[in-house]
Amino acid sequence: MSNVLVIVESDGSGPKAAALPGITAGQQLAAATGGQLHLLVLGASPDAAAQALASGGYGASAVHAIAGAELEPFTAEAWTDAVVAAVRELGVTAFGGTASSTLREVVPRAAAVLDAPIVTEITGVTGADAFTREISAGRAIATLKVSHAPFGFTARASDFAPAEPGSPATTVSALSAGSVSRRGATVVGVEKTQSARPALTEADVVVSGGRGMREGANFKVLEELTDLLGGALGASRAATDAGMVPADLQVGQTGKVVAPNLYFAVAISGAIQHLAGMKGSKTIVAINKDPEAPIFQVADYGLVAKWEDAVPQLVELVRAHKGG
Amino acid sequence: MKILVTVKRIPDPDESLKFAGNAIDTSSSKWVANAFDEYAVETALRMAEHIGNKDRLAEVIVCSVCPKDKRQHVTQFLAMGADRGVIVDADETAMDSQTVAKLVAEVFRREGCDLLVSGKLSQDSEGNEVAQRAAGLLDLPQASFAATLRWDRGANALTVGREVDDGVETKTIPLPAVVSVDLRIVLPHSVKNGATADDHKYSDGARLASLRGITMAKRKKVDVHTPAALGVTPSSHVAVAGVTAPEKRAAGQIVDSAQTLVNKLITEAKVL
Repeated sequence: MSNVLVIVESDGSGPKAAALPGITAGQQLAAATGGQLHLLVLGASPDAAAQALASGGYGASAVHAIAGAELEPFTAEAWTDAVVAAVRELGVTAFGGTASSTLREVVPRAAAVLDAPIVTEITGVTGADAFTREISAGRAIATLKVSHAPFGFTARASDFAPAEPGSPATTVSALSAGSVSRRGATVVGVEKTQSARPALTEADVVVSGGRGMREGANFKVLEELTDLLGGALGASRAATDAGMVPADLQVGQTGKVVAPNLYFAVAISGAIQHLAGMKGSKTIVAINKDPEAPIFQVADYGLVAKWEDAVPQLVELVRAHKGG
Repeated sequence: MKILVTVKRIPDPDESLKFAGNAIDTSSSKWVANAFDEYAVETALRMAEHIGNKDRLAEVIVCSVCPKDKRQHVTQFLAMGADRGVIVDADETAMDSQTVAKLVAEVFRREGCDLLVSGKLSQDSEGNEVAQRAAGLLDLPQASFAATLRWDRGANALTVGREVDDGVETKTIPLPAVVSVDLRIVLPHSVKNGATADDHKYSDGARLASLRGITMAKRKKVDVHTPAALGVTPSSHVAVAGVTAPEKRAAGQIVDSAQTLVNKLITEAKVL
């Protein structure tokens, strides 16, 4: 038996959209192992979501629901108890799901309790026990081989298409998790991100400035361009470390990973750790006075110029274009 | 109050990678401290210090699994202000994260610590596992990806703002506990310990070591253990079967003016 268990986060009535890539990874893994795909829903009243999953099929042989007041709102502590119980009860070979902030907390904790290995943020399934993932800020792709069952996995959402309903329906079975505890933790609530500008990770356009901007006041002209384009403002680590702009604007491996349609790198040399945060962007524009700057190697369009000259011109040209 | 902070050495992320056969060649790499661990130590120091007073509210111990003669990152964190160090003398590159987590958990137990603070991930392997695993092994509450932290000493609890996919979750956990930190924890007002004024503005980012700190670091105590002495048998249930370079991005073009750039973004890339 080499079945695969995917933990599916629900919105109360069905799977969260973010959970669907994890189901796809589970389907691929089950196909590779020759085992069945099982889905697991957790919550205070998970039945509606479990039923929706079972009706949709999603390539699964069975849907399991664990109900418990302690499981909602989410805590890694209580969810780990439930996941560990399910993995043991079902005797699955692999367990995991989408690399969401939820499962990135739960899967490693559950794996520790099960004394199991995990592969995190996988980008591909290449065998029953083999996976690819990026390491070292996307500069290398590692193939990992797992030699232990059970093992855990989390799948990077951008690398697996969302699973779709439409395969034969299956049934829901209730599982008991035994004792489930939050270990004294309480969740006060979630404050959803709010800003006049879109979130860095969700913006269609990102305009980032680097060390060459010299001081925070100089970011004003970048903000002008950002707002004209309805985008988000970013910065390189050199700029945030120098205190020009707040640290949460940092784009890079140590900051935010962004993949907008259009990315402007202004006065950014292009350190590896910055590239790791933006090289997935569709169109990259680099403006730098140094023609040798590494940023030009990843840019679709490069302009060798001082930002003091180029950016105000850009603002005027974009404004004219938008205006008419 | 004892705070244990995990710290890791990594090949300098600003050096270009060398591939040797099916692996990354680190034989000539410069090893540096993982950036998220700098944030973790900064977090612990902000918790421990009472700005404007001499008293310290906590002892900060940095813990690293590394060969004992490759401890420059540990010394660096002692210079930054940590009180002492614990090294588990082993080749961490040959261990899986469960082994590392077991070693950290055992040091935590033996030291009788109240809090484990880790960086959210290391910049080389990017596993994002050790803090959560240690919490599971120690059966303690956890708060991963912390952006803010408030220490309520009266209640012996932490209230942590966690970076989650759709915003910031506020979670309160009793001590002892495990926290992993994300980037925003080093903003000027992210950490409050109830003693230092709440409106105290720290400088943005992790602090640099002072000259005095660098001198002091050499005199600070560093205990060295072996995995065997900690009762942990190293395992490796995940093996790297191969490493390859990713596909290169297609070469772009250099344009001669802002006007040409905007024209091309409109007509060629169709993004404006």
